[in-house]
Amino acid sequence: MPQDPTERRVVVTGVPRQTRRTSGYYRPRTEIDEQTTLGHTYVRSLMRSQLRVALVVFAVLVLLVGPLPLVFAAMPDGASLEWAVLGFCVYPPLVLLARWYVRRAERNEKDFVRLVEDR
Amino acid sequence: MNQSYAVPAVALVVVATVLVGAFGLRISRTTSDFYVASRTVGPRLNAAAISGEYLSAASFLGIAGLVLVQGPDMLWYPVGYTAGYLVLLLFVAAPLRRSGAYTLPDFAEARLGSGAVRRLAGAFVVGVGWLYLLPQLQGAGLTLAVLTDAPDWFGGVLVAVVVVATVAAGGMRSITFVQAFQYWLKLTALLVPALFLVLAWQAHGAPRDAFDEPATFREQRVVRVDDTLDLKLSRPLGVTATGSVDGRRYEGERVELPAGVHHIERGARLTFTKGDPVPVADRGSNGGMSTSLAAGREERPLYATYGLILATFLGTMGLPHVVVRFYTSPHGVAARRTTVAVLGLIGAFYLLPPVYGALGRLYAPELSLIGNADAAVLLLPDRMIGGVGADLLGALVAGGAFAAFLSTASGLTMAVAGVLTQDVLPARGVRHFRLGTVLAMAVPLAASVLVGGLPVADAVGLAFAVSASSFCPLLVLGIWWRRLTPPGAAAGMLIGGGSALVAVGATMAGYPGTGSLHALLAWPALWSVPLGFVTMMLVSLATPGRVPAGTAAILARFHLPEELAGAQVRAAVSAKEVGA
Repeated sequence: MPQDPTERRVVVTGVPRQTRRTSGYYRPRTEIDEQTTLGHTYVRSLMRSQLRVALVVFAVLVLLVGPLPLVFAAMPDGASLEWAVLGFCVYPPLVLLARWYVRRAERNEKDFVRLVEDR
Repeated sequence: MNQSYAVPAVALVVVATVLVGAFGLRISRTTSDFYVASRTVGPRLNAAAISGEYLSAASFLGIAGLVLVQGPDMLWYPVGYTAGYLVLLLFVAAPLRRSGAYTLPDFAEARLGSGAVRRLAGAFVVGVGWLYLLPQLQGAGLTLAVLTDAPDWFGGVLVAVVVVATVAAGGMRSITFVQAFQYWLKLTALLVPALFLVLAWQAHGAPRDAFDEPATFREQRVVRVDDTLDLKLSRPLGVTATGSVDGRRYEGERVELPAGVHHIERGARLTFTKGDPVPVADRGSNGGMSTSLAAGREERPLYATYGLILATFLGTMGLPHVVVRFYTSPHGVAARRTTVAVLGLIGAFYLLPPVYGALGRLYAPELSLIGNADAAVLLLPDRMIGGVGADLLGALVAGGAFAAFLSTASGLTMAVAGVLTQDVLPARGVRHFRLGTVLAMAVPLAASVLVGGLPVADAVGLAFAVSASSFCPLLVLGIWWRRLTPPGAAAGMLIGGGSALVAVGATMAGYPGTGSLHALLAWPALWSVPLGFVTMMLVSLATPGRVPAGTAAILARFHLPEELAGAQVRAAVSAKEVGA
């Protein structure tokens, strides 16, 4: 450990700032633009995080809706429950799921932009 | 029903559609305006337009009719129509917008770089579009025939002419305004009468037997049979009959009908007493929107329900008129937000048809007997309220129904005409687009006039099943899977979508009438969707050398936020926009 941490910090952050000034653009972005292997890895990581969110919401949808026909068939008074659930109760969860997904997907994209633009 | 209000209401909707379309024409100048409104449509306007386009005759009239005849199981239709948008949002919405393509064939070509796959996708778009247009035209015919004494074909021809005129004149820009306007019109046309009907129901003491299974007659009722039909009884039933039943004449005599199918001649009158279960007209005898694939449901209800869920959940993303609307969003984030707004708008709308279905079971149960259940929404105000108020409400509903036919038909015509113009007709440009529009509408119009009594719900179900087994694998794998190859995509679409098409085609032609095989063929999605996915993946894995060279760059364009998309990608997209 160096004795004066503030002094050391100046040295570390100084190097990329200089490169940036001379080349004019940020590194990860260039990797993506020029389609290098590293660039593909960035894109892949974004795709994976987006797919994960989508699959989680899809799984919730399947768990929510999938058992319903079986429940209606198994219950003795299934018909009136079916009217209530399919006629009304199922719609608000669908909209809530959609809103939650959009928030997560937009946050993923924002995080990704921050990562590659090195902000 | 009193025509003096309904006919002006329908005329008003038609004129308003043409006028709003003409307003769009004045600001629709370039080719890009024409196809996708220059991609400047904001989420709110676009969401109303998507919803307006999506809520078709099957939603406006068909669901209430199906619920009236077959009970709450049919509520899976609106649930599936709505949840389909959630699945579309999760896997497709933003990448599809960022792909920068105009139509599904454009997407296939951009992703796979293959002209053959493009043409195959185009063929499926045209096929699904025509299948979906047919019920709209037939629904229009049915509505006008119920409201007035017009012949069955007249309503279809009227819708066809208005749609071709607005689409060919203004293209997508005018369509966006027209569709948004029609969503609010449709919502109003169901909501306002529904409020009055519920008040009337409460004034009658809020009877709850709508939810009984099966539906029963609440009072003694005389039913006149206007068209010869086959009546299906699941248990013996005693009625008082005047006219010809099973080939014998009766004059106001008591008849004990055993369980089974009975042939009732046109003009017969049947008197049912209070508490009798409502019998159902047999499938195929009278092709309305509600004579669904009933036989398959009765034998394998759970299998049929899951088949319906899968087809509607996954089929929505591949409907050509739905997909084309996403290209009008300015960017991927807007496309996602638009989809959430759409979910809210159509979810709100779908709260209403079940109300009509339930009230129909109470106040007009005999509609299922005479095979005219699709008219329930149109006839209920007259049944429950009566007088001038009912006539006005009926006119509002009729106008809304026409808005439903017009909006869905224009969206479909737009999509099919786009494909025809780009892939079938030789040169590109606005004039050829107009020719494509006429062609896109001429074929289903001819079919609806010629075929006539095709069961309409079957055609809608077929469109969803085919779309779920062909376009859903193409879109999902194309967006998320790097190893997709052109041969794999072609094989998956052909085998998945093709087998679904053959299966429901065989059911509609009446082959095999009963048994497990019938259920399998009538509800194909449960096996044809996995078949499409598996074929597409296996053939792609077997042809690893055919993975298109630019796959990585294309997937980057699909998934990167617009602010990051590389300079060369942006150049490629804008070059494509100019070229198309």
